[in-house]
Amino acid sequence: MPVRPVSVGERIKRREDPRLIRGLASYTDDLKLHGGLHAAFVRSDYAAGKIDKIDTSRALARKGVVAVYTFDDLRGKVGRTPCVARPEPGRDAEHPLLADGFVRWVGQPIAVVIAEDRYVARDGALDVSVDISPLPAVVDLRRALEPSAPRVYADHKDNIALHIPRSNNPEVEKLFAEADGIVKLEIINQRVAPVSMEGRAVLASWDEGPQKLTLWTSTQVPHLVKQSVAQCLGLSEIRIRVIAPEVGGGCGAKIPVYAEECLLPWISKELRRPVKWSETRTENLMGTTHGRGHLHEIEGAYKKDGTLLALRGRVISDCGAYPSFFGASIATFTPLMMPGCYRVKAVDVEVVVVYTNTMATDAYRGAGRPEAAYTVERVLDEVAVATGLDAVEVRRRNFIPKSAFPFTTATGAIYDSGDYEASLAKALERFDYPAARAKQAKARAEGKLVGIGVATFTEICGLGPSTGASPIQRTGSWESGMVRVEPTGNVVITTGASPHGQGQETAFAQMAADAFGIDVNDVEVMHGDTDVVTHGVGTFGSRGLVVGGTAVHMALQKVTAKASRIAAHLLDAKPDQVTFDGESFRVAGSERKMTFRQVAEAAHLWNVPIPGEEPGLEAVARFEPTGTTFPFGAHFCEVEIDPDTGEVALTRYLAVDDAGKIVNPLLADGQRLGGIIQGLGQAMCEEVVYDESGQLLTATLMDYAMPKAHMFPRIELDSTCTPTHLNPLGAKGIGELGTIGSTPCIVSAVLDALRPRGVKSIDMPLKAERVWRALAEAKR
Amino acid sequence: MIPENFEYFAPRTLSEATALLAQKPDAKLLGGGMSLIPALKHRLAAASALIDLGRVPELEGISDKRGKIVIGGRTTHRALTTPGEFVDVHAIHETAGSIGDVQVRNRGTIGGSLVHADPAADWPAVFLALDGEAVVVGAKGERTIPAAQFFTGMLASAPKHDEVLTEVRLTVERKRAGTAYVKMRQPASGFAIVGVAAQVTLDRGGRIERASVGVTGVNSMPFRASALEKRLIGQTPDAASLRKLCARVEEADPMEDMHASSEYRAHLAGIYAMRALAAASSRAAR
Repeated sequence: MPVRPVSVGERIKRREDPRLIRGLASYTDDLKLHGGLHAAFVRSDYAAGKIDKIDTSRALARKGVVAVYTFDDLRGKVGRTPCVARPEPGRDAEHPLLADGFVRWVGQPIAVVIAEDRYVARDGALDVSVDISPLPAVVDLRRALEPSAPRVYADHKDNIALHIPRSNNPEVEKLFAEADGIVKLEIINQRVAPVSMEGRAVLASWDEGPQKLTLWTSTQVPHLVKQSVAQCLGLSEIRIRVIAPEVGGGCGAKIPVYAEECLLPWISKELRRPVKWSETRTENLMGTTHGRGHLHEIEGAYKKDGTLLALRGRVISDCGAYPSFFGASIATFTPLMMPGCYRVKAVDVEVVVVYTNTMATDAYRGAGRPEAAYTVERVLDEVAVATGLDAVEVRRRNFIPKSAFPFTTATGAIYDSGDYEASLAKALERFDYPAARAKQAKARAEGKLVGIGVATFTEICGLGPSTGASPIQRTGSWESGMVRVEPTGNVVITTGASPHGQGQETAFAQMAADAFGIDVNDVEVMHGDTDVVTHGVGTFGSRGLVVGGTAVHMALQKVTAKASRIAAHLLDAKPDQVTFDGESFRVAGSERKMTFRQVAEAAHLWNVPIPGEEPGLEAVARFEPTGTTFPFGAHFCEVEIDPDTGEVALTRYLAVDDAGKIVNPLLADGQRLGGIIQGLGQAMCEEVVYDESGQLLTATLMDYAMPKAHMFPRIELDSTCTPTHLNPLGAKGIGELGTIGSTPCIVSAVLDALRPRGVKSIDMPLKAERVWRALAEAKR
Repeated sequence: MIPENFEYFAPRTLSEATALLAQKPDAKLLGGGMSLIPALKHRLAAASALIDLGRVPELEGISDKRGKIVIGGRTTHRALTTPGEFVDVHAIHETAGSIGDVQVRNRGTIGGSLVHADPAADWPAVFLALDGEAVVVGAKGERTIPAAQFFTGMLASAPKHDEVLTEVRLTVERKRAGTAYVKMRQPASGFAIVGVAAQVTLDRGGRIERASVGVTGVNSMPFRASALEKRLIGQTPDAASLRKLCARVEEADPMEDMHASSEYRAHLAGIYAMRALAAASSRAAR
């Protein structure tokens, strides 16, 4: 019998938005320190080459230039670019903070110019002359695997960064032998750029008095930055404070700790002045990690009834020129998630992560799982074509049934909970699938190219336990939460998660408001400052609520328990007689009660000491997940293709997602919409393009095509709710779901539209010319 | 994306602007800055001085003079998107409305776009199709440049360094006539992969009496599809005929880049010519 309306589950508007919309928020680049200097980087124009000479004299002579550094200044003084997913010795590469004799990708930092303002710094960077003898570069993945290919690292025996061979599972071969048919696909999951609204930005300030570095950086993982920078610079981590102020998006690219984040602190310490750098959009497109970049060769064995028996093949993943923070480990999620939401009996997929002379790749919204979902959905669509069954029916026949959860997949993933039939059924009803197919048939009869797409999918969220991360990844999977109650009963929460657009300040305040019966506005949520927050991991992998929120929940419970004990003492009752009704602590069977605020005051005044308790009301908790959650969804869409030009128009999109229990449906919808449009971007227009020599052709937003509002209709959203038992919130994670569903859904619709004209396969992005060519070639 | 140092001038009158231009041989005129500023930031262009025309009111405005629509060189795209008194000149507001986004349309100007002569800009198509003229004023006086002589190469146009484009004049047929502009957007930049403007005049029998077709985005310079224009005379503008007549655009000598091959651009020139002509014809028939 709650006495006040509960906040969790309400569509409360983001408390972050007023300051962000009104321009009252401070991002790293907004911060100005007295005596601050500015950095500009000299970057490689060549994808591969030997540095013959660097002449910095002209830059040093320029008025306003304070210093110029090259690798020679750093040699022996700093470590490598941070990496927690290191390839094995012989395949690992020590990526220096500035190029050491060789350059391996266009955009690699070679020198850094420090000046009194950013204009002079840029002028100074252009003054630096670098003589490079170009070497042959390798860009194409298959070419990189050939023995004759140029090697990104001359001292390596090949270009392979990580190799997980096929297990030669006899079960797979047996299933392929028993199959009624085999579908064989070659799938390109093209390289994309995260393009966060705010680019990367770093401000480092070494304070010689207290011997302390403050590092403001646009990151998803301030605590990992602290640890990594300490290690790289040989500085004690207690001498470092990392602050992630407002962070304008990340989508994975702000997990890696970059060379610039290590270099600026070192320079600040050398010069004893603050130094700032904010990347330009071109630097963002060439020097911030990219995502995807997979090539899959995949075979699926099926039965005539549409059953998908087994998958085998090879995942080739583009590492880029060096192993970024998590970079080399991302592709290891792909075979793990290859079964999707289906009862595939066996999977045997080789993983090859390949160095190329391009920017490094790393996590990108979904990180390894979308690549798997896209491939298995393409396989199922082909099974539908081969068996003559409806694409929806094929999926339904392969679903892991609700009764089978928790379910261990053929690849060893333990799915916590699921009800794929429920989300599919709801989606079919909302989409009115039979009517949509009837309308399609009519449109086809009129010569129109109309297609209906479907994708049913699941993914991993809230990775854990810490012991079970990717084989080569070295980070913990837990998260921290702290709850501090002020004497008034107002509450401060700190979280080790580092939200950068997700809205956890709002969601966590809602949780605290319900826990203590106070107003949402009486809760402050702080994050992103390593001197304020106890240890933490960060925000990525849809873990903010699932792991970070659970830690906050645990801390709230600890505080409630202590408050309850204090109330019991003050109310002259035994602790087990006291219950909290959402507003007050009450003694069972009596009128005696105390509000939460009264307890808070008593806990701080301590006029009446409570035996066995310390004063104050505060708790820290850490949540270590015992397993990962697997949210899921069913997406449908409709496209119409212009046969004259190949232009694809998305005419309808429906998503029915299941992320378990939802704290704030408005925030959840925002995550889903953003995700769906991001996935649409990959399907329709986004692609990082390097030419054969490794020059980046998509170095500005005049050439790198982001999705725009005119490209999609109003997205219809609905949901089902299948809670997880792995955390007390029942939350399964939502950040990456939309992206994972929408890419295969849109491609499924386009192929559905094109198949009657004889088109069998097409690669992303579905640019008009590519579709037009596919139609023209099928006609021949 | 950080420019070099430059001087900045904001003249209040046209004569002040032309006097400054005459004094500063390395100066560039700043219209809305939608192309020049990014070029400076990327250091693809350099200028020792910028002369901002933003405070010269005499360069702005739209009027109808002796059957010609006269648009001040500094008039923003935005001002030309709203139909207003030119409600029947679809090609003008369709062109203006298809440029960039709201922010770009609020700043970018018709004169700036024409003088910059980006081969994928939108205004050149309608400028050519509506038999445009540009009035330019320099220290030595005023001259008029017909559209056919305006574009001189990729990113090159006829106005000289010391001249300011003051007026754009467009000829609009009013009787049994219609206009249209259609384009395919380059997905990243929004510029035209192909853009076609058409003006069609019909005879009393509903056949094409005169057609003019301007094409942008395809060649390194915008052009008139003259062979097609000739073919169209006397034809009925029904869908099947237009498709046949537009199967080829003879003047197309397309560029090729990662956004579209030359083969595709050539194909699109025909398709979009057909669409522009169909829209203009149906408006003419009303």
